Amino acid sequence: MAYEGDELLEEVTKKEYEFGFVTDIESDKIPNGLNEDVIRLISSKKDEPKWLLDWRLDAFKSWKEMTEPEWAHVHYAKPDFQAISYYSAPKQKVLLDSLDDVDPELRKTMDKLGISTEEQKRLQGVAVDFVMDSVSVATSFKEKLGELGIIFMSISEAVKQHPELVRKYIGSVVPQKDNFYAALNSAVFTDGSFCYIPKGVRCPMELSTYFRINEAGTGQFERTLLIADEGSHVSYLEGCTAPQRDENQLHAAVVELVALDDAEIKYSTVQNWYPGDATGKGGIFNFVTKRGICEKNAKISWTQVETGSAVTWKYPSCILKGDNSVGEFYSVAVTNNYQQADTGTKMIHIGKNTKSTIISKGISAGKSQNSYRGLVQINKSADNARNFSQCDSLLMTDTSGAHTFPYIEVNNHTAKVEHEATTSKIGEEQLFYCKQRGLNEEKAISMIVNGYAKDVLNKLPMEFAVEAQKLLAISLEGSVG
Amino acid sequence: MISIKNLHAEVEGNKILKGLNLEVKAGEVHAIMGPNGSGKSTLASVLAGNEAYEVTEGSVDFDGADLLDLDVDERAKEGMFLAFQYPVEIPGVSNINFLKAALNEKRAHQGLEPIKAKDFLALVQEKSELVELAGKLKNRSVNEGFSGGEKKRNEIFQMAMLDPKFAILDETDSGLDIDALKVVSHGVNSMRSPERAFLVITHYQRLLDYIVPDFVHVLYNGKIIKTGPKELALELEEKGYDWLIEETV
Repeated sequence: MAYEGDELLEEVTKKEYEFGFVTDIESDKIPNGLNEDVIRLISSKKDEPKWLLDWRLDAFKSWKEMTEPEWAHVHYAKPDFQAISYYSAPKQKVLLDSLDDVDPELRKTMDKLGISTEEQKRLQGVAVDFVMDSVSVATSFKEKLGELGIIFMSISEAVKQHPELVRKYIGSVVPQKDNFYAALNSAVFTDGSFCYIPKGVRCPMELSTYFRINEAGTGQFERTLLIADEGSHVSYLEGCTAPQRDENQLHAAVVELVALDDAEIKYSTVQNWYPGDATGKGGIFNFVTKRGICEKNAKISWTQVETGSAVTWKYPSCILKGDNSVGEFYSVAVTNNYQQADTGTKMIHIGKNTKSTIISKGISAGKSQNSYRGLVQINKSADNARNFSQCDSLLMTDTSGAHTFPYIEVNNHTAKVEHEATTSKIGEEQLFYCKQRGLNEEKAISMIVNGYAKDVLNKLPMEFAVEAQKLLAISLEGSVG
Repeated sequence: MISIKNLHAEVEGNKILKGLNLEVKAGEVHAIMGPNGSGKSTLASVLAGNEAYEVTEGSVDFDGADLLDLDVDERAKEGMFLAFQYPVEIPGVSNINFLKAALNEKRAHQGLEPIKAKDFLALVQEKSELVELAGKLKNRSVNEGFSGGEKKRNEIFQMAMLDPKFAILDETDSGLDIDALKVVSHGVNSMRSPERAFLVITHYQRLLDYIVPDFVHVLYNGKIIKTGPKELALELEEKGYDWLIEETV
């Protein structure tokens, strides 16, 4: 026998989800259920223009005709969409300029999330758009960004202040009818972030959003729209934690990125939604549609560290429409206990000389199932397209699963597509070696796993990389067996 | 330093060590020789605490502590070091960071502050010169892309960095050419001191020309069947093990 699996498992089981707390703030919540009236109510509560209400109703009409996809390698009890409340906003409605003016309860929440004033000082140059449940509470650094013409605000605000931009681009990358969850999101999304970088502007700071589900039984449907105009450059960070809950919570977000000619978008995510307890009870369903479109010479780079959620269904993708455009996907996905993840990317090559890179590192522990699913599609028009894919899987236990589903469609003979894949089990020899040098098991695992994921972690902005390393270690504590 | 009494150990139900006794005092160098399958590497693994091996009987006293009661990392922090026969590769983990983490674990155990970056780099420079690895370690992952000889030299380098009181060299000479053997031996010899003891496991007498032991033990079928001075190694080189084995049976 090598490692006292049961003992360690017990220890992990006892470890409460670190961010599992609930903030006691009065909420403005509408009754459960979904129908046209609910959508009208959401739209009127948000004081939306008619075109957006029509857009939502159109999405809802399509959604009713659609069925939940079943092709993913995940198994779960389907959510009852009529048992969810589709709108919940903290009562405090006034938008504030400074975090100092925020409700003390909220401040506490932010402190727990690590977005304290001190933290913000440390993370100098990071503008934080804090989304609690569905309404943006505070937005900082607005002025500085404003001077450069950068728009960074909640999407509800943007609908009011920049309707022409929202109307032009919303649904342009992920159409309302794209898929079941995207259609649902289009019908009922309550808030999210909006960002516009004007021509030739290099955003001087990392833009950051923290999401948090805070109301029992409230699904959260964020919608993010990010537009990088010609020759601009932006790095966007997204991180989430959620409080501990017994029932499953649905999270169906949509993120749309538009990189116009010569623009570059770097989009990084650390996802740490509540994964459920050690017996597989509870946890977030994370069904996300993320997609970006690249015009000429543009580049979109997705980096994700996925450690949370009970079920993850997520494929950040790039449509490489313009000639010479570049798409990248770097991913570390960790599953433990009974978590299930089916994640990967789609790289659609349309323009000439388009290039894509996919690096995926899966880590499976406990009794979890971790799948990579990726599509590389080279269209007829995409002369000299290039793709390189590397999909590695690391198994921490004999009871976990790692799966790889690569799809490659090539319709142009000048294309060059490379795919590499490995599966390995964490070496007891490696662990013994580390421990013989004086590292305890936890530190040894953390070191080996972070080494394994280094190629991806290196792509994260500095402050996220540190957080992500800690997160990997916490997610896998005592998980070898 | 270490006192092994009636040690029995098995792996996956196969009995490998069958009542081994050995006493090593501070300042001494003991060589363990023996034919393939006699239990030499098992002894190294059991002393280091590899959990793949089960100790079924016997005791090991390590400087007053019950060694068998300690976890692998605790033994290491108490000053036990194993230079592996086949050092594993750990992709993506920087050799230098790995060593710094290990060193700081040991320092924390001793109630010391983490080492200052400047002091650490000076130490790396000094100790890597000892095994002629200077400048070769930066930006490389643990043992990844190292040649066989470099891996062994890296083991000795790590030993020098961690400054153990009891070091086990498990066939450190295997796969080394004569030049590398000299480099490794020089590294070990420069660490010999009255406070430190070595257990040198080897197949070949050749290593013992460079690392001259105080005692030579012959391990056969899980037991030490003969102990002698350094000259015993020469005799074994000449006559092989059979005469000894016949004597025992």
